[in-house]
Amino acid sequence: MRRRLLKMIVDAGQGHPGGDLSATDILATLYFDILRIDPARPDAPDRDRFIMSKGHCTGALYTALAGAGFFPEAELDTYLKPESRLNGHPNRTYLPGIETNTGPLGHGLPVAVGAAVAAQIDAADRHVFALTGDGELQEGSMWEAAMFAGHRGLGNLTVIVDRNRLQQGARTEDTNALEPLADKWRAFGWLVEGVDGHDHAALLAAFDAARRPREKPLCLIADTHKGQGVSFMRDQAGWHHGVPNAEQYAQAIRELEEEMAR
Amino acid sequence: MSAAATPLFDCRDAYVRAVEALAETDRRIVAVVNDSVGSSKLGAFRDRFPDRLINVGIAEQNMVGVGAGLANGGKIPFVSGASCFLSARAMEQIKADCAYSFANVKLCGISSGVAYGELGATHHSIEDIAWLRAIDRLSVIVPSDPWETGEAIKAAAAHDGPVYVRISRMPVPQLERRSAAFAIGKGETLRDGGDLAIIANGTLVHRALAAADVLAEEGIAARVINMASIAPLDTDLIAEAAKTGAIVTAEEGLARGGLGGAVAEWCAENAPVRMRLLGFPGFLPTGSAAWLMDRFGLSADGIAAAARDMLGLRNG
Repeated sequence: MRRRLLKMIVDAGQGHPGGDLSATDILATLYFDILRIDPARPDAPDRDRFIMSKGHCTGALYTALAGAGFFPEAELDTYLKPESRLNGHPNRTYLPGIETNTGPLGHGLPVAVGAAVAAQIDAADRHVFALTGDGELQEGSMWEAAMFAGHRGLGNLTVIVDRNRLQQGARTEDTNALEPLADKWRAFGWLVEGVDGHDHAALLAAFDAARRPREKPLCLIADTHKGQGVSFMRDQAGWHHGVPNAEQYAQAIRELEEEMAR
Repeated sequence: MSAAATPLFDCRDAYVRAVEALAETDRRIVAVVNDSVGSSKLGAFRDRFPDRLINVGIAEQNMVGVGAGLANGGKIPFVSGASCFLSARAMEQIKADCAYSFANVKLCGISSGVAYGELGATHHSIEDIAWLRAIDRLSVIVPSDPWETGEAIKAAAAHDGPVYVRISRMPVPQLERRSAAFAIGKGETLRDGGDLAIIANGTLVHRALAAADVLAEEGIAARVINMASIAPLDTDLIAEAAKTGAIVTAEEGLARGGLGGAVAEWCAENAPVRMRLLGFPGFLPTGSAAWLMDRFGLSADGIAAAARDMLGLRNG
């Protein structure tokens, strides 16, 4: 996935590689192992819902959706090209498998809460997952939604915070500090767990546990690194958006292939 | 019947009657409010369908996002709040979560226009139509009376896609109609006349009809068109109206960008015609709703004066 999304960004000449690489393992685990979704029936009423609140990380999202069978992998080559279904931010009217159009930050969690309330009203056992960036938690609408989810006791809702500690221009803690982040979620009525956001086994265990019956919404704070997998991008705010040059791209692919071989 | 004896109605009552009737037969119908159970008159709905009244508290962005999520979960949410807050505070949610995502959300702006007259410009909702009709895929409806409010709610529920219905609080009479057919995208001619056309909606329809009465006594035949549907706009009726050679628009909101703007845009490109756009100019002074409407010419006399002026006739 990492190699594929970097190729998309290089071919397109733009993208958000830092956040894509930060969220890759979370998305891969959800789409390939956890979500009860069927690409043949993308609108099935009883499907799990996954809401990509950090909508700018489409490199990772589209790679996961294609890998899960929602559209042909070859279509990834059209990323950001004129008339492509692979818009810079996800669009449900273009592509199957996308629940709501995101991009402006602070939108996904309220929609996820609404989807969880609908399932709660119907006593349906589908689960709602949402992935948010950490910088995104500076948006007030996220806390409006968090407060209401806690109030409603939405045990069918799991939010994953991609806690890479970097936003567009700087560290979150130097910009508008989020810590103590776990305490904030608990104070809003949530269960909170931490997980290594790059460890598939740990993510699998956390997501499986998330489905167990509970009476509170769950926040999984995923410890991640922006640019994970590429040494010169890792933990560098400068790679929030940006395109590797030919030499950097070759190095990135070499590093990712070495990691795969290990 | 004398004017004093004409019964007046609060369109919110028709709104909640329609939503409750829909909810009786369709389990997908839910109501979402921002602590506005009382002002939206949804107390009876809550008592009858307690699990289908979702009160998110005072949080309009979340209210609209939750509405979009409920639609994603197969519900038909009627998201209701004071139109000043619903439109302005949740604008990006209306744009991205409802319209751009094409979510099946029904937005109901309560106490619209200058209903909260004395509370001032923060609580006036006179910009909502200009803002919301700029958003692609969003149907925008401004009903004029109880019957039309109920029909608009039913049509909104049956329509696949996002709809904004602007619900008045000012008491209005029930109009007499020639045909009882409401459709999103269709206006109606309430009175024929060939000297000019008055195109109005919402509370101004009643004042437009009264203006036509005043003008008729002077030998001026004013056509009156109720343009409840601003998006999509009934351009066939506007084309017919333009043939009279003079159009007055009247609305409880900013004319600039509102119904007046919508009609003027179409006429400028397709049927240039003399026009007067009646509406509010901007932030308004302190005063009751009725006083503000009279003060800014949104009265029978004000509309009639604009008509005379446009026809080159002396006023006063």
